[in-house]
Amino acid sequence: MEPHLGRVLIEAAVKIALFFFVLLTVVAYLTWVERRVSAWIQDRRGPNRVGPFGLLQPLADGIKFVFKEDVTPVGVYRPVYLLAPALIFVPALVTFAVVPFGPTLRAFGYNIRMQIADVDNGVLIILAFASMGVYGVALAGWASNNKYSLMGGVRSSSQMISYELAMGIAIVGVLMVSGSLRLTDVVTHQMEHGWNVLWQLPGFLIFLTAAFAETNRLPFDLPEAETELVAGYHTEYSGMRFSMFYMAEYANMVTASALGVTLYLGGYHVPGLRLLGLPEGAAAIAQALAFGLKVGFFLFVYVWVRWTIPRFRYDQLMNLGWKVLLPLALAHVGWVAFLILMDWT
Amino acid sequence: MSPEQSRPPSMTPLPREGEDALHGEKMVVNMGPSHPSTHGVLRLVLTLDGEVVTAVQPHVGYLHRGMEKIAEGMTYHQFIPYTDRLDYLAPLSNNVAYVLAVEKLIGVTVPPRAQVIRVLCCEIARISAHLLWLGTGAFDLGAATVFFHTFRERETLYNIIESLTGSRMTTSYTRVGGLARDLPEGWAGQVAAFVAGFPKFLDEIDSLLTGNRIWMKRTQGIGRISARDAVDLSLTGPNLRGSGVAYDLRKAEPYSGYENYDFEVPIGSEGDAYDRYLVRLEEMRQSTRILEQALKALPDGPICIDDPKVVLPKKERVLTSMEALIEQFMIVTQGFPAPRGEIYHAIEAPKGELGFYIRSEGEKSPYRLHIRSPSFINLQAIEKMAVGGLVSDLIAVIASLDPVMGEVDR
Repeated sequence: MEPHLGRVLIEAAVKIALFFFVLLTVVAYLTWVERRVSAWIQDRRGPNRVGPFGLLQPLADGIKFVFKEDVTPVGVYRPVYLLAPALIFVPALVTFAVVPFGPTLRAFGYNIRMQIADVDNGVLIILAFASMGVYGVALAGWASNNKYSLMGGVRSSSQMISYELAMGIAIVGVLMVSGSLRLTDVVTHQMEHGWNVLWQLPGFLIFLTAAFAETNRLPFDLPEAETELVAGYHTEYSGMRFSMFYMAEYANMVTASALGVTLYLGGYHVPGLRLLGLPEGAAAIAQALAFGLKVGFFLFVYVWVRWTIPRFRYDQLMNLGWKVLLPLALAHVGWVAFLILMDWT
Repeated sequence: MSPEQSRPPSMTPLPREGEDALHGEKMVVNMGPSHPSTHGVLRLVLTLDGEVVTAVQPHVGYLHRGMEKIAEGMTYHQFIPYTDRLDYLAPLSNNVAYVLAVEKLIGVTVPPRAQVIRVLCCEIARISAHLLWLGTGAFDLGAATVFFHTFRERETLYNIIESLTGSRMTTSYTRVGGLARDLPEGWAGQVAAFVAGFPKFLDEIDSLLTGNRIWMKRTQGIGRISARDAVDLSLTGPNLRGSGVAYDLRKAEPYSGYENYDFEVPIGSEGDAYDRYLVRLEEMRQSTRILEQALKALPDGPICIDDPKVVLPKKERVLTSMEALIEQFMIVTQGFPAPRGEIYHAIEAPKGELGFYIRSEGEKSPYRLHIRSPSFINLQAIEKMAVGGLVSDLIAVIASLDPVMGEVDR
């Protein structure tokens, strides 16, 4: 029976509200985690003044950003300059909508999916929206009327396009074995046949590398490369607009991590959970938690890498993308096709 | 919104007639004097073809304080605090360089204990300066964590310097004819503890950077300069030795008894940023060795020459003895006249050959004092090293040249 339209809408609205709340909180606290972990790596304390363990620091930062003067420099191309932060921030949030973060939960007499939209072509939607982010960066750099920003924008557009290719092709391997673009199917397939990371380790590594480049994180943070381009594409932004770039970076990290977990680490799947014989509701919540933990691990890797290694040079980055990752990804697809042919998957 | 603002910025215009259509117009970028990686107030005017640097023009002078002129109006002692502010990462070494020059002018040699302490000072300054270079250099290439680790080690050194001189940066520790004060109690132990732990830290850095693929890619073959060019441009210090020229004033023209220490002068072979990195890293190890030997060799005895015309008397004597009071009064108000003549004396400072040229007309202050600061001269090489590379390489070049603007501008 088709569910009632009103019910569907209410359910979606509640989920969207909840999801926004959770994602923005995660993003805010990710900045805290980044600072604490980097402090730990660097033998310092990190923020520990605001609240216990500095836990209220993101709040204080948020308040500061809101009240800071929002300077619009002379000579910028205003419409684009003002639009750019939104262009990068919105896709970063929207992408998360198709990621399933838990199995179907039975509550209040309904079946509630822990996912905002279970669309047929979830993977394509993610890739499409991830590509949107580059507009924000490139346009911000271009509209700022600053040479450093321009260079950051140019760098990022070429970087993100190159790495998107490698990433997309690496993902093809996953889609081939699961036979569906729907992310829930990808997860279900992994539940039955083992996590993709086991069979597709090269694909996973390519995805991981490309994800770093996509999110502009070190060692691929060339668009902002602070010691070269001051702050790259967001040099001229201040106040809340700057913080939107800042938050978008972290939102992108969360999305990329969630995607990585879904595609390669079995999504919300916990091996052996069924053996425990938990009631259905508890099992569902445990799986959602497991998803959170896996994403958390991914995010930690992001932070860890950033504070460990130096930055690539622009041309080296392009070489790596086009001459190493792309051929590797293609070879990987061939390898997966071979596996399927031999019926080894 | 004015119509001016609503027009899109025209930063990528079509190539003008006669211009190469593929490369288009070149962009002139002003890097500095306030930029995260120009290490102070260095200003570079870059001409860029895309990201390729086609011309670099360094502009200096943003930190000019007229030190050489100031020296002409004061006594030889009064200029010592000014030397702190030359290479402000190694003030102790500057102090030593200046007083050695004045001592050469008036023809005195300090007692052995003072000499050994001066060597200790110079090597502590060298390690501290190289640590800062390592931290900021790595930071410029994106390895932020190294920066904090080097600062932790520098903190130990600053504590050592503070307990020696009472000040962390503006040390003014040396005096013409000796030192300001003797070593405080337990100081040698502090240094010995540092010497014992420091090689382990260098090993850590080694494992973080030396074999790091990204680090090697960012520095190998970057900012290459041949031995011939390096000599032609009068590079000194690690920048010269990175190109394979084993010229170190501590060996070539030993001062303060450097001939008594057993240490090696590391040299590179390629003359690129990576070699300069290796040379400086090894120099820190060698400095640690020198510190170890100096601590062992530290003799007892006076720290100043016995010449009431040059060296201030002890404070307790000033309060009890008429002669001492007069001596202090004369030195403080009149200084001491130096014999006529001109001298040049240089030491191997962390950045290279730090020399003082002094011309005296027999007065209490120099007729002319010139400072040959290594950073200023090393900066000449920037064009040779950076042109043809990318903007990112330029950052690596600046980092590997290690200029300190306090010394460049004086």
